Amino acid sequence: MTAGGDGGADPPAATDVGNPAYYHRVVDCQWACPAHTNVPEYIRLIGQERYGEAYLLNRQSNVFPAILGRTCDRPCEPACRRQRVDGDPVAICRLKRVAADLRGDVAAGLPRAPDTKNGRRIACIGAGPSSLTVANDLMPLGYEVTIFERHLKPGGLMRSNIPAFRLPAPVLDEEVGVILDMGVDIRYNSPVDSLRQMLGAGFDAVFIGSGAPRGKELDLPGRGGDDPDDPHIHIGIDWLESIAFGHVTAIGERVLIIGVGNTAMDCCRSSRRLGGRDIKVMARRPRRFFKASPWELEDAEEEGVEIVVNHAPRRFVREGGRLVGVEFDVVEWDEEAAHSRVLEQVVLPCDDVILAIGQENAFPWVERDLGLEFGPGELPVVNPVTMQTSLPEVFIGGDAAFGAKNIIWAVEHGHQAAISIDNHCRQVAVEERPPLTMNLTSQKMGLQQWSYHNDYNPASRQPMRHLELSRRFQELNLEVELGFTAEATAREVQRCLNCDVQTDFDAPLCIECDACIDICPVRCLTIVAAAGLEPAQLGPLLSTPPTNPEQALFISEPLPQTGRVMVKDENLCVHCGLCAERCPTAAWDMVKFDLAIPYAGRVGIPIS
Amino acid sequence: MPSITKPLIPLLPLARNELGLTMQDYQGGMSTLCAGCGHDSITAALIQAFFELSLPPHMIAKLSGIGCSSKTPAYFASRAHGFNSVHGRMATIATGAGAANRELTLVGVSGDGDSLSIGLGNLAHAIRRNVNMAYLIENNGVYGLTKGQFSASADVGSRSRRGDSNLLQPVDPIMLGLSLGATFLARGFSGDKAQLVPILKAAVAHRGFALVDIISPCVQFNDHEGSTKSYRYMRDHELREIETDFIGQHEEIVGSLARDRATAVTMHDGARVQFRTVPEGYDPKDRGQVEAYLRERTGRGEIVTGLLFLDESQQDMHETALTPPNGLAQLPFSKLCPGSAELESFQDGLR
Ligand SMILES: Cc1cc2nc3c(=O)[nH]c(=O)nc-3n(C[C@H](O)[C@H](O)[C@H](O)COP(=O)(O)OP(=O)(O)OC[C@H]3O[C@@H](n4cnc5c(N)ncnc54)[C@H](O)[C@@H]3O)c2cc1C
Ligand SMILES: Cc1ncc(C[n+]2csc(CCOP(=O)(O)OP(=O)(O)O)c2C)c(N)n1
Ligand code: SF4
Ligand code: SF4
Ligand code: SF4
Ligand SMILES: [Mg+2]
Repeated sequence: MTAGGDGGADPPAATDVGNPAYYHRVVDCQWACPAHTNVPEYIRLIGQERYGEAYLLNRQSNVFPAILGRTCDRPCEPACRRQRVDGDPVAICRLKRVAADLRGDVAAGLPRAPDTKNGRRIACIGAGPSSLTVANDLMPLGYEVTIFERHLKPGGLMRSNIPAFRLPAPVLDEEVGVILDMGVDIRYNSPVDSLRQMLGAGFDAVFIGSGAPRGKELDLPGRGGDDPDDPHIHIGIDWLESIAFGHVTAIGERVLIIGVGNTAMDCCRSSRRLGGRDIKVMARRPRRFFKASPWELEDAEEEGVEIVVNHAPRRFVREGGRLVGVEFDVVEWDEEAAHSRVLEQVVLPCDDVILAIGQENAFPWVERDLGLEFGPGELPVVNPVTMQTSLPEVFIGGDAAFGAKNIIWAVEHGHQAAISIDNHCRQVAVEERPPLTMNLTSQKMGLQQWSYHNDYNPASRQPMRHLELSRRFQELNLEVELGFTAEATAREVQRCLNCDVQTDFDAPLCIECDACIDICPVRCLTIVAAAGLEPAQLGPLLSTPPTNPEQALFISEPLPQTGRVMVKDENLCVHCGLCAERCPTAAWDMVKFDLAIPYAGRVGIPIS
Repeated sequence: MPSITKPLIPLLPLARNELGLTMQDYQGGMSTLCAGCGHDSITAALIQAFFELSLPPHMIAKLSGIGCSSKTPAYFASRAHGFNSVHGRMATIATGAGAANRELTLVGVSGDGDSLSIGLGNLAHAIRRNVNMAYLIENNGVYGLTKGQFSASADVGSRSRRGDSNLLQPVDPIMLGLSLGATFLARGFSGDKAQLVPILKAAVAHRGFALVDIISPCVQFNDHEGSTKSYRYMRDHELREIETDFIGQHEEIVGSLARDRATAVTMHDGARVQFRTVPEGYDPKDRGQVEAYLRERTGRGEIVTGLLFLDESQQDMHETALTPPNGLAQLPFSKLCPGSAELESFQDGLR
């Protein structure tokens, strides 16, 4: 398809594919991953049964592949191109677990700390994923890292809050162990109660990875009752912690959970395992506004938990001081769930209530006269790129930095903080970030032959196997998800569209024969007479007018014969390589984009 | 041939035509032609034209001879009828098919060798008969399939890949058509679908013989320096002066068409062809004038493209031959073959 424009004037500026950000953005999953995990490459490695390499590639950016393969928030999946192609993203997270489960002996590929230290000492407060990542990145460089942790075990919320039926302790122990075994000086049972003292303790830098440790209170009438520490009203994250450390082993039969985020999901499913029979998760708003991940909601409902929408708590109902129920307003919402109307009141009876309405940051141990500035919401002022606070030697990351997020963000903060700490200790400006670079390698192996599997596989998303319901509640710690079978893995890896194998265009070679345009199965290519047009005016002239403004349009240099330009809408390309196969002059090539991500002390190392 | 077949992508936003069909419903097998061959672009243009015309695939008959061009009916409309005839005989087979079943949309695909070398006689008589069909010559100036010998459309002085010059005069199918009384003559370029698709639609809609000469570079044997049928040569010498729009009988007429100097010609079924930005005074219905104009332009080394000549007033083969309105295929056997007694009496009449 060709389309018109105005002669004479210049066409819109050509896309700069030399900027790594362009091709990076095409790899939707990698772009969406806070740590930029090279998803398509690890999926191909799994497809080739090279699980150890797939694991190590993951570990390079996300540090905890076995943990994340079970628990990650998966921002990559809603971004996945496959979702736009057949409605379901590739099961990226579950494949990560396959790599971890089958990794075999990867010891040779794990980081090691040198015997000679560089003389710099770093303190980390808290042993959650953010601090552990800082240690992971700095120990191999010769830093001496000391972690202060108030609990008796490492892992942060991964240990204390993520229930063992989702994340078994041995899985956590193993990956955390790899880091600690490099010789981290970890001090358990050591709550830091003064930053001033810490700053005076001779460390070259301090990293705060203390999380968002306080569960939100619900101050409604009846909260205190006769007993301000009512043993039947629990703060979700504290309650989960008590289970993790063995202090709580039972709950009443009828349980109301207030809130419908991921914490609520863990609370209701834990209740089910501790004796709860009639468990209701009480939500203020309609279902489409829930914060919980859809797969967690599904699992909870499968386990018999009832999810009740449009109920806003009013008061705790007591009889003779004893908690007997909670009164709710039953509400009705407008379209955007911005305004509500109360329809009636109901009292739901219960034995226990669990409050799961969010977490707050708290820094009672940070003296306010130290010069560490705080902004709104009890959050410290922090540079989001360098993770540096207003005190040059104090860095912060994970939930402590910007409020409750997730593990993968904590890891990415840890990586960036480690780069900054390394700069700081070497007297390099922390703002001086090592650049992201890329490697491009042609995938051509011969005529119509590629070193990747370019055929589109119509397989649908493979379902996860779960432990039978009847067995789940016998023991608290039985993992529910059983992982993919070999068959499911083999099918699922073929669903990946290899978005990192890019269509790379060399305008001077094009003879405008239209072969690529004719063969493209998604009609995403057009040669346009674009003289005098702005990029925004190209849409209606394309073979398929673009529908997804989030995705880039590639615009080539003017073509030699007519001065028109090649335009590609990146949105629907399935990376099948047919354009490159049909091009008589090899103006299109399929090249593998390999983002070289820098870590502390290391420039980016591309994997291939 | 590509390593994989063109995949079907489930969520692709697909346009549907009046029959509810998608472009994919007009596709055929994967092409085995050389990558970059102009013929493949013509295939894509045909698919688009069929789709836009909402032709029922099973009512299309694809006919061809021998050559790379003649292989292409395998690459579109796989649900249509097809006949791959011997070299140069497609026009004749098409005449028979049309006589037998006039309900079919006949689309002939041929090459310059198939039509202008070995098959010239057959083509000439199909033009004279005004067989109701669209007849495409995918013109690359060479016998592509047999490795690039000059064909009858090669220009004097055009050089082969080995460097020899062609010494023989070319047959220009448009000039030939004008002299034989053709009723629809157009020229297109495989590298310009914006122009080619409306021409193909008009050719299919034309009642009578629609000859479309399409310059279609052979990337393998005739796309080099010194060739007069290369992509580069066409881009330097094409005179896209007679732009064409085809407006189907039921299609909404959208803006932009009412340009200055546009000439509209209404076709038999009420569809219209708009000749846009035609040169001053150009009358696409005046055979003499068109011939003089083309002669002048060709003399200047220009290759004029567009729908060049159209005459809707002539009778087509069925009208001349007084064939029954529903075609021979619909006649009961007793009428088609009335038996020996009837033959006897007929022969008696001749004695
Ligand atoms: C119930 C629940 C379920 C979750 N599920 C998931 C999930 O499935 N997937 C996911 O990605 N994320 C999940 N999260 C979020 C995730 O666990 C956190 O975002 C992540 O652990 C934050 O890491 P961090 O390094 O900032 O700190 P944390 O993991 O919060 O660790 C902080 C550590 O610091 C210690 N500490 C705090 N203050 C001090 C002090 N003054 N002195 C010494 N030590 C101190 C704490 O004891 C703790 O060990 C969940 C959170 C909750 C509450
Ligand atoms: C009777 C006969 N003579 C000769 C041939 C050899 N032959 C096969 S294709 C071809 C020429 C085809 O040229 P053209 O029609 O221009 O098709 P192109 O391959 O160029 O598209 C010839 C001479 C044949 N197949 N049959
Ligand atoms: S790789 Fe090429 S042919 Fe395949 S979908 Fe992308 S642009 Fe189209
Ligand atoms: S196939 Fe190659 S030469 Fe032909 S138009 Fe596409 S990029 Fe250009
Ligand atoms: S030889 Fe020429 S005509 Fe035949 S397929 Fe190849 S490019 Fe096309
Ligand atoms: Mg030919």
